[in-house]
Amino acid sequence: MMCPKPRGVLSEWVFDLLRELPERDAWRPGAAPTADGQEDAAIALWALHELSYGGFEDVDDRAEWEPAVLAVRRDLEDELESRLRERWAAYPSRTTPSPEEVPAALEALVAEDDGPSLADLVRRTADRDQVLELLRQRSVYHLKESDPATWVVPRLPVRAKAALMELQYDEYGDGDPNRLHSHMFARGLTAVGLRPEYGAYVDDALLETLEMNNAVSLLGLHRRLRGAAMGHLAAFEMTSSLPSRKMVQGLERLELGGAMAAYYDEHVEADAIHEQLALRDICGTLAEDEPDQSEDILFGAFTALDQECRFATRMLEVWDVAS
Amino acid sequence: MTPPPREPEERIEHPDLVVVPDGPLLVRGAASIQDAEGRVHEVVRPVVALCRCDKSSRLPWCDGTHKVIPR
Repeated sequence: MMCPKPRGVLSEWVFDLLRELPERDAWRPGAAPTADGQEDAAIALWALHELSYGGFEDVDDRAEWEPAVLAVRRDLEDELESRLRERWAAYPSRTTPSPEEVPAALEALVAEDDGPSLADLVRRTADRDQVLELLRQRSVYHLKESDPATWVVPRLPVRAKAALMELQYDEYGDGDPNRLHSHMFARGLTAVGLRPEYGAYVDDALLETLEMNNAVSLLGLHRRLRGAAMGHLAAFEMTSSLPSRKMVQGLERLELGGAMAAYYDEHVEADAIHEQLALRDICGTLAEDEPDQSEDILFGAFTALDQECRFATRMLEVWDVAS
Repeated sequence: MTPPPREPEERIEHPDLVVVPDGPLLVRGAASIQDAEGRVHEVVRPVVALCRCDKSSRLPWCDGTHKVIPR
């Protein structure tokens, strides 16, 4: 993958810097221009995080740990994290559970979620072009599905670590590369006539798509945010099985079944298991073993639900459907 | 800051069968499961969730339907 298209002066500055490293004498703190807006900041941060995933063909791999690059990344991450925390602070039903109350509090948070369901529309009314647009947006995350949570493994206490590995083993195909979830999605993209290569649709990604990806990368990359990362994982798994079944029905209705339907079909069964592991064995034991993580677990879960809600609301605008 | 290290516990409970309250039965380490119709399903995962509400669309596995059944 090559560096994405810049969306303003900041991302242009960042991508120029990345491409010129390591030749350029880069260490000039505070040199980055102010972002032209949220999309400019979001695509810049997305690319900076990408250095820790697959990197770019036109960027030296050493750029990941270049101080000038990290300085820009930290400013963008601080801005994103404070925005996410403000949204959580403003949530009317926000709770601060005791460690033993964390699983029940997560269930309550998910039960209260009333964001629009894109899967419902896919099942009943969405047309082929709308579903393909949704899949292009989803591809930005699904092609690296589960990877951000893997970063958290070494940062967890014994019980949560074992449980996260039990879950991730299944995400990564139980040893069978054909069943690796991100690979199943890539095969699905090919089957419906879309491009399967990693990052193919980043230039088409909506702000809300970039922010979802940036948030999950932020949580996964920082040990400090391990509780929030696991809360995010739990909320993601807890809202997956039933919508995945609707996706299967919608894809089959539109004759887009086959490999893409197989991807969602796998998630009906897998995520019904994963949500139990994430809720009790990961988040529940993490809260017991590290009680100070309890509130961040809820913050992470809220963030997952909130970002999906914002993404779905935006997709409805793109689809020209009233919510 | 890093929390102080915990004393290693002698033996952490890790049961093979877990009844989830108002949810499925989690089964660890099974090679195959026979459903109510006598069909045998191969297990390819370390853990599977067996439906207990009988409303799943893909018996014998849980598909999360129990969450939308009024209790």
